[in-house]
Amino acid sequence: MASVTVNPTRMELTRLKGRLKTARRGYKLLKDKRDELMKQFLDIVRRNRELRAKVEDGLMQAHASFTVASAVMSSEMLEQALLYPKQSVELGMGFKNIMSVNVPVYSFKTANADLGDIFPYGFAQTSGELDDAVEALSGVFQDMLELAQVEKTMQLLAEDIEKTRRRVNALEYVMIPQMEEKIKYISMKLEENERGNITRLMKVKDMVLQEAHNYQ
Amino acid sequence: MYKIAVLGDQESVLGFRALGLDVVFAEDSAAAHRELTNLVKEDYTIIYLTEQLAVDLQADINKYKDSITPAIILIPGKGGSLGLGKANLKSAVERAVGADIL
Repeated sequence: MASVTVNPTRMELTRLKGRLKTARRGYKLLKDKRDELMKQFLDIVRRNRELRAKVEDGLMQAHASFTVASAVMSSEMLEQALLYPKQSVELGMGFKNIMSVNVPVYSFKTANADLGDIFPYGFAQTSGELDDAVEALSGVFQDMLELAQVEKTMQLLAEDIEKTRRRVNALEYVMIPQMEEKIKYISMKLEENERGNITRLMKVKDMVLQEAHNYQ
Repeated sequence: MYKIAVLGDQESVLGFRALGLDVVFAEDSAAAHRELTNLVKEDYTIIYLTEQLAVDLQADINKYKDSITPAIILIPGKGGSLGLGKANLKSAVERAVGADIL
C-alpha cells in the first residue's frame, strides 16, 4: 500500500500490534451487536407491517362512517356534537433498551373505562353513522398507539443499525487491513535490518581475523 | 404528562376529538408546516399526521426521525391511503440493511 508511512521501529510495532488486537475485538463485538439488532429489527418490521395494515383498514372504515355522518348531518351539528370530548387519554412513556438503543414504550389509560360511554353527545340529534365512526376510531386507537411505538422503534433501530454497519465495515475493510499491512511492513524492515547487521558483522569479523592472522 | 395530537384536514381528524386527543386542523401544507412546528415546540409525544399532508412535509418528518420524541406517525386521511406509510417502512429497511429485502 502506498499510504504506508510508519516508523519501522520496535516501539511502533508493539503499539500497532496492540491496536490491531483492540480493533479485532471491537470488530467482533460490533458485528455481534449488528446481527442482534438486525434480528430485532426484522421482527419489528414484520409487526409494523401487520399493525399498519390493521390501522389503515380500521381508519378507512371509520372515515367511511364519518363521511356518511357528515352527509346526513350539517357540519355545524357535527362539530358541535364533537366539540367537547367526554373521553380523555392519559399517555405514559417509558424506555426500553434494545442493544443500547433507547426506544420508547407507550402506555395509555383512558379516563373513561366503559367503552359504551364514550359518546360526548346526546343521541337524539346525531346520526347513527357518527356513533359507528366514533366506535370504529376508539376500536382502532389501541392499535394506533402500538403502531406509534413500533414505528418509532423501527426508525431508531434503523438509524443505529446503519451506524453500526458502517463501523463494522470500516473496521473490516479499512482499519484492520491497513494495520496488518503496516505491521507486515515494519517486521519486514526490521528483519531486513537484522540481516544487514549480521552480514556486516561477518564482514567485520573477516577483516579483523585477516589483520590478526593474515588469513586469506 | 405526555400528549398526543392529530393533525389533518377537518373531515379526516374531527372524529379523534371524541377520543379525547388534541385535534389540530390544517387544510394546506403551509398551515400544516406551521402547526407541526408548533406541536413539536409544545412537546407532543406522538403526532398523528394524515398522509395527504405528509406528502409536502417530508423534510420536517425526516428531521424528527432520529429523535425519541416526537414520534410522527402517518395515518390515511379521508382520501384513502397513499401508501406513504408502507414506503416509510421500506425506506427504513433499506437504510438498515442496505437493500430492500421485503
